[in-house]
Amino acid sequence: MDKSVKQAELIREISGVNPYKCMKCGKCSASCPSYDEMDIKPHQFVSYVINEDIESLVNSKSLWKCLSCFACVERCPRDVKPGKLVDAARQAVVRQRGEDYLLADEIPELIDDETPQQLLVSAFRKYRR
Amino acid sequence: MPINNEEFRPKIVAFCCNWCSYAGADLAGSSRLAYPADVKIIRVPCSCRVNPMFILRAFEKGADGVIMCGCHPGDCHYSTGNYYARRRMTLLFSMLDYIGVEQGRTRVEWVSAAEGVKFSTTMNEFVEKIRSLGKNVRLEDLRCRN
Amino acid sequence: MQRIGVFVCHCGSNIAATVDVKKVVEVIGMEPGVVYAEDYQYMCSEAGQEKIAAAIKEKNLTGVVVCSCSPRMHETTFRKCAEKAGINPYMVEIANIREQCSWIHKDMEEATKKAVILARAAVAKVNLNTPLQPGESRVTKRALVIGGGIAGIQTALDIADAGYEVDIVEKTPSIGGRMSQLDKTFPTLDCSACILTPKMVDAAAHDKIKIYSYSEVENVSGFVGDFTVDIRKKARYVDMDKCTGCGACQEKCPSKKTPSEFNRGLNTRSAIYTPFAQAIPNVPVIDPNACIKLKTGKCGVCSKVCQAGAIDYEQKDEIITEKYGAIVVATGFDIIKLDNYDEYAYSQSKDVVTSLELERIMNAAGPTKGHLERLSDGKAPKNIVFIQCVGSRCSDNRGKSYCSKICCMYTAKHAMLIRDKYPDTNVTVFYIDVRTPGKNFDEFYRRAVEEYHVNYIKGQVGKVAPQPDGTLMVHGVDLIDGKQIKMEADMVVLAAAIEPDPTVRKLATMLTASIDTNNFLTEAHAKLRPVESPTAGVFLSGVSQGPKDIPETVSQAGAAAVKVVGLLAKDKLLTNPCTAQSDELLCNGCSTCANVCPYGAISYEDKLINDHGIRETRRVAQVNTALCHGCGACTVACPSGAMDLQGFSNRQIIAEVDAICR
Repeated sequence: MDKSVKQAELIREISGVNPYKCMKCGKCSASCPSYDEMDIKPHQFVSYVINEDIESLVNSKSLWKCLSCFACVERCPRDVKPGKLVDAARQAVVRQRGEDYLLADEIPELIDDETPQQLLVSAFRKYRR
Repeated sequence: MPINNEEFRPKIVAFCCNWCSYAGADLAGSSRLAYPADVKIIRVPCSCRVNPMFILRAFEKGADGVIMCGCHPGDCHYSTGNYYARRRMTLLFSMLDYIGVEQGRTRVEWVSAAEGVKFSTTMNEFVEKIRSLGKNVRLEDLRCRN
Repeated sequence: MQRIGVFVCHCGSNIAATVDVKKVVEVIGMEPGVVYAEDYQYMCSEAGQEKIAAAIKEKNLTGVVVCSCSPRMHETTFRKCAEKAGINPYMVEIANIREQCSWIHKDMEEATKKAVILARAAVAKVNLNTPLQPGESRVTKRALVIGGGIAGIQTALDIADAGYEVDIVEKTPSIGGRMSQLDKTFPTLDCSACILTPKMVDAAAHDKIKIYSYSEVENVSGFVGDFTVDIRKKARYVDMDKCTGCGACQEKCPSKKTPSEFNRGLNTRSAIYTPFAQAIPNVPVIDPNACIKLKTGKCGVCSKVCQAGAIDYEQKDEIITEKYGAIVVATGFDIIKLDNYDEYAYSQSKDVVTSLELERIMNAAGPTKGHLERLSDGKAPKNIVFIQCVGSRCSDNRGKSYCSKICCMYTAKHAMLIRDKYPDTNVTVFYIDVRTPGKNFDEFYRRAVEEYHVNYIKGQVGKVAPQPDGTLMVHGVDLIDGKQIKMEADMVVLAAAIEPDPTVRKLATMLTASIDTNNFLTEAHAKLRPVESPTAGVFLSGVSQGPKDIPETVSQAGAAAVKVVGLLAKDKLLTNPCTAQSDELLCNGCSTCANVCPYGAISYEDKLINDHGIRETRRVAQVNTALCHGCGACTVACPSGAMDLQGFSNRQIIAEVDAICR
């Protein structure tokens, strides 16, 4: 199987989201507090997963700009919940590095001016399993 | 899914009431919601027309599972038929379980005329369950076997 | 032994693409009892039916099996065809190899196998079929319309104009429904009241129409042609014959704090009230929960000011029992509760309103006398934001999965009217899609953009945040420009989803009419029988069947009326001959069957029975075939197996089971 197809499947599996349910209403992007910081906007995340262009997702700034505030998850009228896709993409990246969790030691190197602290805290909480 | 002749293909009889479930099955059909061909539907006017005898007969003749579908409680076309059916089936199924026909081989489900999706998922689940249980040999009358 | 003919339909490619019809013909031809089998492109076509008729005559067939679409589709067609060719119509059975075989299976071998088994089961059943004769029942030449909105009024007018008596039951004090609350109507911008009020007056004045306002259907029994309905006429506490509708009581009533239902709670009304000035009947009702006299016994102002002496505090609910031949459900809709949509701040700000509330605000007879103003401070709004699809097209359990259909058009209407009357106001519409199918509908929407410069932005709003200064911050997005938008608004209008009136649930149970997961009534066939319920004698009109606008509602109302008239025009109806039958020799008179019969169709009789030479008088069950609906509950309950159901006999069903499990 194609690598990108496999990755897209992985993201769908981790997130538990069916991206085909999206009706492109944009409520996620309207709700997103980090919208202006993102290169791939929340509603676009869904089409990237549909089009199996995971490479771009993984390399996007957005992945690390998402605050995990879950406004989009709460408000999505179609149960697509882009926040979960972002989460899953992050998880996929972490897994690619071979480890399924974030170590406290790694935190300092991830900190820069751009990355919101809340992201690191939530990532730390989520990936320490 | 390719058909493997070696694979176990259960015989499943579904009793559907004319007003809700049979129409639900039709809707599943017109919406092209697939379920395995192992399910064969018998149309009855109401779920209360299903005599426990029919179900015993089906098992005797080699059926591996029997499912009965009717209107949702309160929505019976004949007002109360599905309540009778529910009581009868509860008793029958526990008796069948007692003599060794597992509870999983029998099922009652309420499917309305608008629930094509529910009909299809129910049938898929039921066939899956019967496949996992394997062939029913407990009640089969070997004299009936071809 | 029967001589059975089997006819396998290709249904174009609907069946033939997945089922090898030739193979089915070949295999089924070898079944016991089958003397003839053939296939044809379209069995239901005239040519197909001629083939069946010809075969019946030439091969002396006694029974017919048609392997085709669902019996719910064409059973009647083929039965009529058989009857014309000279055999009893109940000697025909259908094997459903389309909906329950070819359409859901992909593998040809597997589908063909299943089709053969289904055909076999039908053949096994026909082998045991017996000719049946339908009985006759009478038709009460009067119709009941439940709901007095535009759908109900139009249906009633059309039935009455055809010469039949119609009763309208309306639960609120006046007929008129939702349409009476509207200001203007799209796409012509007529004033709603100007086109509705004449119809209300026509209905009230029509000598064939009787209006039961402030009344509800309490119980329904019987069947097509012969329904018996109990109607609860709620106590009005006002004598309808004496009241002159002068309105003095409403002016003087001291209890004026109840939120007005008609104005969607935007203002208040008195305890004795008519919902609106053009109400029909123009007779007020006393709200027992607000009336001081009814609550405490002290007051009686209305009674003192009423010169006609119409006030009657002792009035009680009244139950009226009437007979009807047909029932039309026209219960209409309401908009959903917005509790689940807190992000739009509906409960936090008075300036976030629903579109129906905006209708009242823009209406000259409404709480603001038609002036567009903020409900919080009475100021004229400068920036108005419309949010579409609030609760529509949601699959997340918060809202409704369907499109409410009317919102795109009424929002264009609102936007246009506001821009026309208040050109200084900026109007922005956040939409997901603009759906305007309908005559002159898209032109109407384009006018809002092109002539009135309404700002349409594609993108759902994420949040509305009330600001300390009283404005509303709208967080949206422009998906086409790819920009997030934060916009200050003075007023936000939500296009909330519509849902069937909650009373329809209980009503559907009473009528045994089926209902879908969204509580819309189900039609007998989605395309070919859209105004009939699967339950014979029950018809559907208006939004109770699905979202629709006024023109569509009126046309559907007319269609329902024609169906009712078609039914009432008959002198006799043929009844279903598939009724229960008791074997007197087996019956022991235990009464079990009578206890489970929902229709009271079983009675007992002392009869002289000759049981194999033993003559004795026994108590035996008798089925009244006019009352029996053929559910079969008695056949299973009977401990001695004396009861059987014609057309679905024990032997027939067992034969089907055997054929399937073979």
